[in-house]
Amino acid sequence: MFFRTAWLVLRKDVAIEAKSWEVVTTTLFFAVSCVLIFAFALVKDGRAVGDAAAGILWIAISFSGTLALGRTFERERYAETLRALLLAPAPRAALYTGKLMGMLALLGLAELLLVPLVALLFQASAMFSRPLLLAGLLAGGTVGFCAVGTLFAAMLVRARSRDVLLPILLYPIIIPVIIAGVRGTAALLSAPPDEPTAIMWIGVLTAFDIVFVTLALWTFEPLMTE
Amino acid sequence: MRKAFGPIAVLAGVMLVGAPIMVARAPYESTMGLVQKIFYFHVPSWFAMFTAIGVCGGASLVHLFRNNPRADRIAEAAGEVAVLFGLMGLVTGPLWGRKAWGVWWQWDAKLTIALLLEMTFISGILVRKYGGPGSDKLAAAVGIFGLAVTPFVYEAVNIWRTIHPLTSVVPTLPASMGAPFWFCVAAFMLLMVLLLMVRVNLGKRQAALDELYLAYED
Repeated sequence: MFFRTAWLVLRKDVAIEAKSWEVVTTTLFFAVSCVLIFAFALVKDGRAVGDAAAGILWIAISFSGTLALGRTFERERYAETLRALLLAPAPRAALYTGKLMGMLALLGLAELLLVPLVALLFQASAMFSRPLLLAGLLAGGTVGFCAVGTLFAAMLVRARSRDVLLPILLYPIIIPVIIAGVRGTAALLSAPPDEPTAIMWIGVLTAFDIVFVTLALWTFEPLMTE
Repeated sequence: MRKAFGPIAVLAGVMLVGAPIMVARAPYESTMGLVQKIFYFHVPSWFAMFTAIGVCGGASLVHLFRNNPRADRIAEAAGEVAVLFGLMGLVTGPLWGRKAWGVWWQWDAKLTIALLLEMTFISGILVRKYGGPGSDKLAAAVGIFGLAVTPFVYEAVNIWRTIHPLTSVVPTLPASMGAPFWFCVAAFMLLMVLLLMVRVNLGKRQAALDELYLAYED
């Protein structure tokens, strides 16, 4: 029942998205614009300064993620469909899980574009020398970001000035996740790749993911009750 | 709690007057000298902040699951008190760092996460102020997540390579420094409780006033 509901929510979101591709295209475009802005800020003599590539990658992921979070829930607000979802006789946590999986798929797609782009533009192909560790860092960071982001975006649907409040509430809490992602990726970029450090940061990310997903599943139900 | 207010206020007043005298009498630390004495106020303000965060997180959980307005007022008050003591820590810390490290700020694990914690609880105040109806639940979520991140801050300094003094310094203090230190901790805790009570009471009055307005308009 739980996973079936989550799967149905995910399938519904994908079906709606597949009609217009609105969120996917705007998110991907915005992610690339982020990379460009930071490229101008952090490139000196044609090369990125220090570990800038790792930072740029994670900034682009979190900024475009915030944009996508806002958009996906805006869609649920237009026709009060979120209320309909909440009225459905299904576990609330399953609705959250479905929404979370949708966000993970979307950000995963953005990362598929962003990682090669950053590696190409900033001579950071050393990231790919340990593909498993890179995948671990990306997965851990994305799950942590989306777990908190989906919860906050859902609960802000009914709030006033929700566009401003989402980043204000989200960033202070997920910055530890971003720090872990950036430091871990930077460890992979050093020559030779610093595997123990990257593995340590994957551990930190996993700890955050466990805490955040548990809390989000636990508090989603009372938070969405009017 | 109302009855305890007077005695707590007097006791906190006396202790906060006595604290500077005790700090002044404490011996100088051998390497850092005078600047080290800021530690008697810096560490207690973080202790007070962590306690306020604990109160805020606990009250937020009660409010979220039981829908209890009183717990909400406590969470609101504790969130604001936490921001206040965090601000004291963030002001006293750089004053010490300027002398000890030569810079006002270091992007060190503990400093960074302490700043994040402060921002988290400021965001809780912002969402209450601008979130419109229902924002108490949102602030409760912020309080709970803020509480969940706090242990990482406390452990950060011990796990990650950091230039901030370790938390293990505190139990190894010699008695001549330990006594004024724990005295200051007690004084700050009392101050925290006092501020919390004043703020909760203010919230209660506010709620009563809002109800009167509504009754008058009807």
